[in-house]
Amino acid sequence: MQSEPTRPPLWREEFSVFKNDERYVSRRQLIKFLTLTSMAMFVGNIWILVRGKLQGKAPEPPVIPVAKLGEIPVGGVKLFQYPRAGEQCILVRTGEDAYVAYSQKCTHLSCSVFYSQDSRDLVCPCHEGHFSIRDGSVLQGPPTRPLPAVTLERRNDQLFAIGMTNTGAEQ
Amino acid sequence: MFGYEFYVDPSRCIGCQSCLKACEECETHRGVSMINFDFIDRPDGIATAAYVCFHCEDPTCAQVCPADAIKVGEDGVVQSALKPRCIGCANCVLACPFGIPKLVPEYEQMMKCDMCYDRTSIGKKPMCATVCPSQALAYVTPVEMAAMRRDQPVNTFYFGEQKVVTKVYMMAPAERDFLSVDVADYTWEQEDAYAI
Repeated sequence: MQSEPTRPPLWREEFSVFKNDERYVSRRQLIKFLTLTSMAMFVGNIWILVRGKLQGKAPEPPVIPVAKLGEIPVGGVKLFQYPRAGEQCILVRTGEDAYVAYSQKCTHLSCSVFYSQDSRDLVCPCHEGHFSIRDGSVLQGPPTRPLPAVTLERRNDQLFAIGMTNTGAEQ
Repeated sequence: MFGYEFYVDPSRCIGCQSCLKACEECETHRGVSMINFDFIDRPDGIATAAYVCFHCEDPTCAQVCPADAIKVGEDGVVQSALKPRCIGCANCVLACPFGIPKLVPEYEQMMKCDMCYDRTSIGKKPMCATVCPSQALAYVTPVEMAAMRRDQPVNTFYFGEQKVVTKVYMMAPAERDFLSVDVADYTWEQEDAYAI
C-alpha cells in the first residue's frame, strides 16, 4: 500500500529554505492584521460592557448554615463551601464568641489558605502570603487583593453564611 | 556559469593546499578558508582530500537551522549562514552528513562554502577550482569532464537510510552511480585496533 504524499507543515512552507519559496509577511499585511485585531478587541470590550449593564443586579446570595455555636474550639477551624459547591471557605473561631469566615482561595494564585495558630493569621503556603484574620487584608506576600470575606449571622445557636464582601465584583 | 558543474575527486588531491589559500583570498570571507581539507590517515600515509560543500538539493543543514539562517539560492547554491540570523547553535555542523559547515568561534557564526556565487554568477570559476593543479576540484562542463576522466561523476549519496542528492559531483569508480556510507561502520566502537 502506497501512502499518500503528505503536505509539509505550514511553518515549512512559510520559512522555506529555498529563497524562491519564501513567504514573508508584508508591511501592509501586518498593519491590516493589527488594525483588525485591535478593532475586534475594542468591539469585544464594548460588548462586555453592554452585557454587564443589561444584566442588572446579581442574584441574592444564598443563606446556608455553617456551624453550630461551640461546635469548634477557640482557634479551631471548619471548612465549608459557599456560595456554591466547590468554593471552599474557612470558618475560624478567633475568640470565645468571635467567628470569622473567608474564602479559602488565595487572591494570588488560588492556593488554599489555612489558619496559622502561631501567627494568628491566614497563610497561603504556596508563596508565603499572609492575610489578616481581622478583615482579610494582605499582611505580606505576593497577593494584592484582600481575601473575600463571608458575612456571618447568628440565628439562635446556629451560624449562617448570608453573603460575601470583597469579592471584587461589587463596585 | 551556465552548464558548468563542480566535480570533486579526492583521489587526485596532492595535498598542496592551494585551494585553502585561494579560498582565504576571497573578499567575502577574507582570511577564513571554506575548504574542508583532511589528511586521510596521517600517521601512515600522505593521502589528503580537499572538498567543498556539496550543495544538497534538500540541504540537511538548512532544514535543521532553528533561525532560518541557511538559504538555498536560485542557482541551487546553499549559502553560508546569514550573519544577522545565525545564532551559532551548531545544529548544521552536527547535522550535515558531509561534515561541511564550520562554526567559527571568533564570529560565533557558521561559515561554509558558497561555491563563490559572487564569482560564478558573473562567469568566473570558483577560487579553489581555478588554482587546483591536479583538478581534484574542477569546475567544468559535463562534456569536458567525460572527455578527461574515466571515473563516473555521482551526485547521489546514501547515508544509512538518508538519500542525499547534491549539486556538486563526486568522482566514483566507473560502474557506480551512487555512493553509500553507513556511519555506523566508521564509529570508534567498531575499531578493533583500539581495543585494549
